[in-house]
Amino acid sequence: MKATTSEEVIALSGATATIAAVIIGAIGAVLAIFGQDEVIRLHGALFLLAAAAGGYYVLTHPRQGGADEQAHYMDGPIKVATIAAVFWGIVGFLVGDIIAWQLAFPALNFDLPWTNFGRVRPVHTSAVIFAFGGNVLLATSLYVVQRTSRARIAGYWSPWFVIWGYQLFIVLAASSYVLGATEGKEYAEPEWYIDLWLTLVWVVYLLVFLGTLWKRKEPHIYVANWFYLAFIVTIAMLHIVNNLAIPVSFLGTKSYSLFSGVQDAMTQWWYGHNAVGFFLTAGFLGIMYYFIPKRVERPVYSYRLSIVHFWSLIFLYIWAGPHHLHYTALPDWTQTLGMTFSIMLWMPSWGGMINGLMTLSGAWDRLRTDPVVRLLVVSVAFYGMSTFEGPLMSIKSVNSLSHYTDWTIGHVHSGALGWVGMVSFGAIYCLVPWLWKRRGLYSLRLVEWHFWTATVGIVLYISAMWVSGITQGLMWRAYDKLGFLKYSFVETVEVMHWPYVIRATGGLLFLLGAVFMAINVWRTIRGEVSSDIADQPETAAAPELRHAATAVPAE
Amino acid sequence: MTEKHVDSVTGVETTGHVWDGDLRELNKPLPRWWLYVLYATIIWSIGYWVVYPAWPVVNGDYTKGMFDYSQRGEVSKEVAAAKAAQSKYFELIAATPVGEITKNEELLPFVMAGGAAVFGDRCGPCHGKGGGGAVGYPNLNDDDWLWGGTPEAIQQTITHGIRSGDPEARDMAMPRFGLDGILKPAEIADTAQYVLSLSGHSTDAAAAERGKKTFADNCVACHGEEGKGNQDMGAPNLTDGIWLYGGKLADIEKTIETGRGGVMPYWTGRLDPVTIKMLAAYVHSLGGGQ
Repeated sequence: MKATTSEEVIALSGATATIAAVIIGAIGAVLAIFGQDEVIRLHGALFLLAAAAGGYYVLTHPRQGGADEQAHYMDGPIKVATIAAVFWGIVGFLVGDIIAWQLAFPALNFDLPWTNFGRVRPVHTSAVIFAFGGNVLLATSLYVVQRTSRARIAGYWSPWFVIWGYQLFIVLAASSYVLGATEGKEYAEPEWYIDLWLTLVWVVYLLVFLGTLWKRKEPHIYVANWFYLAFIVTIAMLHIVNNLAIPVSFLGTKSYSLFSGVQDAMTQWWYGHNAVGFFLTAGFLGIMYYFIPKRVERPVYSYRLSIVHFWSLIFLYIWAGPHHLHYTALPDWTQTLGMTFSIMLWMPSWGGMINGLMTLSGAWDRLRTDPVVRLLVVSVAFYGMSTFEGPLMSIKSVNSLSHYTDWTIGHVHSGALGWVGMVSFGAIYCLVPWLWKRRGLYSLRLVEWHFWTATVGIVLYISAMWVSGITQGLMWRAYDKLGFLKYSFVETVEVMHWPYVIRATGGLLFLLGAVFMAINVWRTIRGEVSSDIADQPETAAAPELRHAATAVPAE
Repeated sequence: MTEKHVDSVTGVETTGHVWDGDLRELNKPLPRWWLYVLYATIIWSIGYWVVYPAWPVVNGDYTKGMFDYSQRGEVSKEVAAAKAAQSKYFELIAATPVGEITKNEELLPFVMAGGAAVFGDRCGPCHGKGGGGAVGYPNLNDDDWLWGGTPEAIQQTITHGIRSGDPEARDMAMPRFGLDGILKPAEIADTAQYVLSLSGHSTDAAAAERGKKTFADNCVACHGEEGKGNQDMGAPNLTDGIWLYGGKLADIEKTIETGRGGVMPYWTGRLDPVTIKMLAAYVHSLGGGQ
C-alpha cells in the first residue's frame, strides 16, 4: 500500500462523489416536482435531500490523502451500519410484534389503511431481513474483509455511499409500503425506482468488496469472504431478475412485472428461496466463520468441509425454489426438482453447522462463561434445526400438510430469530467493543439476560406455530365419512387465537432482549466502565487493547 | 501468511494459512457420516427422478417417470371417487321435493353434514357459522322470516339472493324516507316512536301518537295496518321485538332514513342446484323453519 494517495486519485474521488450527488439530486428534484403521485413526489424529495446532504458533506470535508489515510482500517461506515442494525432491529421486531397482536386481536388494525396488517407486514419483513440483517451483513462483511485481507477498504466515498444509500433504500421501501405502493412480490415489494436505487447501491457494494479482496495482502481468501461474496453476487442477480418490470410512467410509482402467471410465481420463489439461501444463510455463515473462531480463539474445525459444503450449498440452493409452489400450476417436473434438490441440500447446510459447532472443540467451557459465545453457538444449533426442517417440509407429502399453514411461519422464524437473529446479536456484541476500542462490553450480565429472554421468546414462538400450523393443516384436510369437510374455515381461524397470543408474547420477549442489547451497545459506545469486565474474555476487548496485541493493517 | 502449525489442543495439523493474527483452519477430513448421508440423499434423488416426472428435455417435454404420474391426474381421480361416493345421495336429493328431504331417514345425516359444510364456508361469514346472525344479517335459528321460511322460499332466496342483481332476486326495497326527502327528521323521529310502541317499547307516547299518522300514510302498504309485516315484500314484522338493524330509537330512525337495503348474493352458478337444495333443507332444519 502506498503511503500517500496521489493528487489525481483525490481529485477524481471528490469529483465523482460530487457529480453523483448532483445527478441523484436532479433526478430527485424532477420526481418531486413532476411526479404523478404523492408517493413518488415524497420519494423524489427524499432523494433530493439525501443528495444535498451527501454533496454538502463531500464538499465541506475534502479528502486529505496523506500518509494517515491508508494507515488504518476504515471503520466509520462499519460503525454506522452497526448502529443502524441495532436501530432497525428494534423497529423490525416491534412492528413484527404489533402485527402478531393484530392477528390475535384484529381490532388492532384500527381500520386505517396505514396500520392495516397487509401494509405493515412487509414493513416488518423488510425491516428485519433487509434493514436489520442487511446492516449486520454490511457491517460484518466490511469489517471481516479488511481484517482477513490485511487491506483497507477499497474506495474513499463509495463505502459511505453504500451504507447511507442502503439506509435511504430502507426508508424509501418502508414508507412506500405504509403509503400503499407495492409490487406485491413477497420480500421484493419495493417499486421499480427503489429497485433501481438498490441495484446501484448493491453494485457499488460489490465493487468495494471485490476491490478490497483485490488489494489483499494474504495469499488465500478466508472462508468467510467466500460466503460474503457469494451472498453479494447472488443477491444482485436475484434482485435484478425478479424485479424486471415495466413502469407505467417514469414519473409514477406503478410498474408491472415482466413475467406473468406461473412463470411469475416461479421467478418470485426462485428469488424468495434464494433470498433465504444467499442473504439469510450464506451471508450469515460468513459471519459465523469469522466471529466464532475469533471469539473462542480456536481454528475452524475442517478446511475441507468448508470447501465442500460451500460449493455444494451454492450449487444446490439455487434449484430449491419450486418447493414453495408444490401442488400449484407449476409443472410436476419442476416440483420434483425443487423437492429433490432441497433434500440434497440438507448435508451441505449441515456442513456449516458442523464447522460452527466443532470449532468449539477444546473450548466448550466458553459456552458456560461467555454468553456471547452461547448466542453464537445456539444460533448455529437453530441453523441446524431449521435446515433439517426445511428439507423435511419440502417433501411433497409433508408439504401438503404444512403448506399455507403457520408451520411455515414457525419454520421461517426458527431460522430468522434463532439463526439470523442470534448470530447477529453475537456478532454485534463482538463488534462494538472492537470498533469503538473498548476493553469489553458495558455488561456481560445484560447479554446473559438478552440470551435468555430471546431464547424463551423463540421457543414460545416456534412451539405456538407448530401447534397452530399442524392443527390448521389437519383441520383443513379433515373429512367426515360422508365426504364433507369437517370444519369451516372460520373454525380453523378460531383455534389459532391462543397460539397467536402465545406467539405474540414470545415476540415481545424477543423484542425485550433486543432492547437490552441496544442499552448495552449504547453504553459500551459511550465508554461506560463495565461492572463485570473481569468476567469478560480477553477476546471481548478491541484487538489493540489485548495483552498480545498484534493485528495491524498492512505495512 | 503460511506456516506449518499443529493445533496443540487436538494435535491436528492446520492448513498453514493464518488470517488476522490467529484465524486458522484444521486440516481435518470430511466427517464420514456427513459424506455418506450426502451420498444417500443424492442416490435417493436420482431414484426419485427415475420414478417421477423430473427433467425437462427438448420441445417443452419432460421425463415422465416410470408410472406416468401426474398431480393433476391424481386429483382428478380423487375428486371423481369422492363424487361417485356421494352421487347416490345427490341423486336422491334431486329426486326429492325440498320439503321432504329432511324427512327421509337415509338423507337426513347426509344433508345435515353436507349442509353444515356448505353453510360454514359460504353462509357463515355473514350469518355466523351456526346461523345465529348479526346486526344486518338475519338470525336463521328463530322463526322470524323476512321472505318466508318454508323450504321452497329458502331455496328461492339462496338461489337468487336478495337485491343481488340476479333477475329473479327478491328485489323489493324499503324507500329511503330521509335521504330522499320523503319525510322530515321530526316525522321520522315520531314514526320511530310509533314503531317502538308496536312492541310496547315507546319512550314518548305523544310522539308515538303523532307518528301513527305518518306510519299509516307511508308504511302500512308493506308492513300492514298492525305492523305485522308481509313476507311477499320482505317487510319485517315490527311487533315481535326482533330487529335486524337494532331496536334502539336511533337504529330505527336510521332504518327509516336510509331504508337499509341489505344485500344477499345469489348462489346460482357458484353452487349447483342440488347443493342449493340441500342447503335450503339444512337452513330450514336449523330450528326456525315454517
